[in-house]
Amino acid sequence: MSIVQKGVEIVVKLMPDKAPDRLSGAHGAIGQPLSRLDGPLKVTGSARFTAEVPFDRLAHAALVCSTIAKGRIAGIDSAEAERAPGFVAIMTHKNAPKMKPPPAMMEDPNGAALSNLPVMQDDSVRWNGQPVAIVVAESLEQAVHAASLVRVTYDADSADLAFEGLLHKARTPDKIMRDANRVEKGDAEAALRNAAVRFDAVYRTPRYNHNAIELHAIAAHWDGVDSVTLHDASQALCSSRYTLAKSFGLKEENIRILAPFVGGAFGNKGVWNHTLLCVAVARIVGRPVRLVLSREDIFRVTGGRAITLQRVALGGNADGTLAALIHTGATGVVSHNAFPEQFSFPARHLYAADNIFIEQRVVDLDMVSNAAMRAPGESVGSFALESALDELAIASGADPLELRRRIEPEKDPTTGTAFSSRHLLEAYRRGAERFGWAGRNKAPGSQRDGEWLVGQGVAAAYYPYYRMPGAKARIRISADGRAVVQAAAHEMGMGTATVQTQHAADRLGLALDRVSFEYGDTNFPNSPTAGGSNQTASIAAAIIAAHEVLVIELLRLASKSSPLAGAKPDDVRTQGGGLFLVREPGRGETYEALLRGAGRDQLECEAAAPMPLEMMKYSMHSYGAQFCEVRVNEVTGEVRVSRWLGSFDTGRILNAKTAASQFRGAIVMGIGMALTEESLFDERSGRFMNPSLAEYHVPVHADVPAIDVIWNDIPDPHSPLGLHGIGEIGITGVAAAIANAIYNATGKRIRELPITLDKVLAASVA
Amino acid sequence: MNNFSYQRAADTASAFRLAGAGIGSAKYLGGGTNLVDLMRENIEQPDALVDVTGLSCDIEEKADGGIIIGAGVKNTAAAAHLGVRRRFPVLAEAILNGASGQIRNMATVGGNLLQRTRCYYFYDGAARCNKRVPGAGCDAIEGFNRIHAILGASPQCVATHPSDMCVALAMLAAIIHLEGPQGRRSLPIAELHHLPGGTPHIETALRAGELITAVELPATPFAARSTYRKVRDRASYAFALVSVAAALDVEDGTIREARLALGGVAHKPWRATAAEAALRGAPATTSSFRLAAQAELKSAVGLRDNTFKIALAERVIIATLEQLMQKGAQP
Repeated sequence: MSIVQKGVEIVVKLMPDKAPDRLSGAHGAIGQPLSRLDGPLKVTGSARFTAEVPFDRLAHAALVCSTIAKGRIAGIDSAEAERAPGFVAIMTHKNAPKMKPPPAMMEDPNGAALSNLPVMQDDSVRWNGQPVAIVVAESLEQAVHAASLVRVTYDADSADLAFEGLLHKARTPDKIMRDANRVEKGDAEAALRNAAVRFDAVYRTPRYNHNAIELHAIAAHWDGVDSVTLHDASQALCSSRYTLAKSFGLKEENIRILAPFVGGAFGNKGVWNHTLLCVAVARIVGRPVRLVLSREDIFRVTGGRAITLQRVALGGNADGTLAALIHTGATGVVSHNAFPEQFSFPARHLYAADNIFIEQRVVDLDMVSNAAMRAPGESVGSFALESALDELAIASGADPLELRRRIEPEKDPTTGTAFSSRHLLEAYRRGAERFGWAGRNKAPGSQRDGEWLVGQGVAAAYYPYYRMPGAKARIRISADGRAVVQAAAHEMGMGTATVQTQHAADRLGLALDRVSFEYGDTNFPNSPTAGGSNQTASIAAAIIAAHEVLVIELLRLASKSSPLAGAKPDDVRTQGGGLFLVREPGRGETYEALLRGAGRDQLECEAAAPMPLEMMKYSMHSYGAQFCEVRVNEVTGEVRVSRWLGSFDTGRILNAKTAASQFRGAIVMGIGMALTEESLFDERSGRFMNPSLAEYHVPVHADVPAIDVIWNDIPDPHSPLGLHGIGEIGITGVAAAIANAIYNATGKRIRELPITLDKVLAASVA
Repeated sequence: MNNFSYQRAADTASAFRLAGAGIGSAKYLGGGTNLVDLMRENIEQPDALVDVTGLSCDIEEKADGGIIIGAGVKNTAAAAHLGVRRRFPVLAEAILNGASGQIRNMATVGGNLLQRTRCYYFYDGAARCNKRVPGAGCDAIEGFNRIHAILGASPQCVATHPSDMCVALAMLAAIIHLEGPQGRRSLPIAELHHLPGGTPHIETALRAGELITAVELPATPFAARSTYRKVRDRASYAFALVSVAAALDVEDGTIREARLALGGVAHKPWRATAAEAALRGAPATTSSFRLAAQAELKSAVGLRDNTFKIALAERVIIATLEQLMQKGAQP
């Protein structure tokens, strides 16, 4: 941390808190289980996704991807492709326009690229699956066919592909995301050696791919040579605009990107090679071009979650507290991005321990850039940490919940900062009561139903609170008493537009049907990338800021005879369809009256959210407890999840229905991570071998039980509306809860994901 | 996918004519649930498709207890047929354990018999595969082979046959009716699919232009007590790691006749003849079942990732036979 940063942090910590937001914890449209406003569009098929947007003279593109992991392109023979029906053009490194390396996420605050490698600028091949040509034809089928006829030859070099074989070459980054990598409190190794109870083990998690159901799609339409409109299935609209502007040397205002509907993203829908290639080739052919990746392309051209190998060591004091907490290990990444898969984050904030050592290493591999995937780091890190805690609880004869109660910290265990809002014990208490935890059979292997052994497990869920700087919002009030709120924003199916409509309705004192939220377009005010579960808080803060400006502007419209004449912003409140005095709620004017009285059709205000200083001042995180029951077949080793309860502590919940769906969806994804999903990376070739939904096993309906979710609903006094983002926390703790339940069912401890039946059969009873 | 012509056959004679008597690269098209996927992957590249889904769509119950199922019958219809469910429940169970409802509604019985392997390296054009390119080599033998064969494999190929239905048919000793430009013939199912040997690209005994017209299930009264058990990586919509089709004819605690076939373990649906021989005349006990399973799996060989299948197959054989005994004990 620089001296400046340190100084800012000290100042921020001394600053007084802002009073909690008026709507924090209030009841109105906020909190209601409102159905998604775009639901009817989705179920009737009238929501138009990126790949469905029509254009005149649209051409279609398909990629040709490398089949070696590292080396040079020796030759590209496109003669046959060029004779194929409908062929329009081919672009390779020989005729690609000059493009600067795209600024990468986390390296450049505005970058949206998942790799900073140059795209198609020379003959070098950096991973197996790298696009080496893009073919354009009149139809999608013709493009795919012509691409299949391109013959590429290579001069291959040896590549670094074997993660565990290269562990000896791992490097230790100074920082993991924005945090210092190494955390050292006392001498954890010595404390471990001397501890009354010791536990020390290694956990492994494989690579995963996001596999959003909507395939990545982009359509590019140039208007002249310096202006382009893109429809892009993106969760990073404004930063994509910035990234493309840098790469193509364009002005940001000359790039417009739209994405009103995105069919799932999970961290994978930023700027990848195909984004730049589609934009570039559209300029070459001089007509609109659409590129829809195939499912296989998604495994080759876009990256997923990194492989990890983690050590967790815990030393227990005689009184049941922690003498030592060690969480170290390595991930398999690439040198051309800044995503270390921050598995050590949960251990930094969850538990009190006398001595702590945390450090991550990375192994650079010659493969497609790894990327953030729903709760990157926390998902796989919580598998190791929460499995280990269960193992320590068993070793020390304590109930796993009781152990967690004993090590609940009073302030952040590694930063020493006060928590803004932490009610994890309440989530345990409510969850345990509803799940019936106290009544479970503690002895492993003691519950049976025919061939099936039954067991229960618990694990903590954890995810940081993030609010990103730079969010802006625009509010427009019309003389007919309606309001439109605009932000670039991303709707990937989670209900962003719905909850911000609820928010705006309560903020403005209008009925829901008089407010609309417009989004999915870079022409609207800036929104940060929808990542890190930040979007709801970031946009809410921007709407609050725009509303403050709106109140000032409305007061200016009041005439001298108005009951609002002379009032200050703090004297008034937006409620009941207008502006009214706080002390005399009956006195004021409706928006219609104010605007008409001033002879205005509408009033428009725009503002940026203040810097997210709350994150500097407080240790801000979300928490939860995952309880589950599993059935393990004694004959086959098959594992089925039979019961689930997630109990969350995530600040104020804005919409009980969309929130429950977010939690459930993430838990389903966690079940896949725990039991069925794995991207098979062949370390001989650097190729993914199961790039299809037939062989990459996401959970099917029959794998998923009814999922019960509850939440504390305690507002965080330091966040906008008291809310915490909830898109990611639901996946954390899931794999550990399942592994812990499998132990309870069978007495077998599986420390490697996914927990397939062969691993269960091979494990011996502890 | 390459360009191809598509025509619908009115009868078998027109099918042979449209397919050019098997001289070109024409393929017969059933439900297309496997063939069209393979065409999209450029693994199959026929220049012509001859749709035969309109042919032989009947299920005929014979007086002797047998059943003849037309090759064009949809998987769903075969599994729902009352005669099939009463006389050969194992077949209905096997079909319903495969794929998804949507796929079973499209897929035909003939097409199911001719499904190709799900080996990752067969599907990836960048990998070496002796099936796709004879003599190219096999990347599966030292690669990801958790889903591969433990029985009857060769140094050239360790792929498995993916069908569930075929495992039941193998156990039932089905007769495959064929018709081709040179006339009609029939084959026991055991002779339809080949083991890989040195020619893994030659997967069946079908002659050029020959069409499967029907599957005949010979009368097997004790198959009324039969079952299918499938073990896989998720609860539905996954291929078998190991599956077992079994029927037992037991009198006074002694096995008179046993039928057993395994799926997910070999290049073809694996009729477990060694186990059947071991069971015949033995007491219907768990220890007989274990000995029979071990007799069958004596020749099993594991690769890097799939050795677990050997023990798993033994456990599932035993459990399935025990399950059949319990079924029999119920009124």
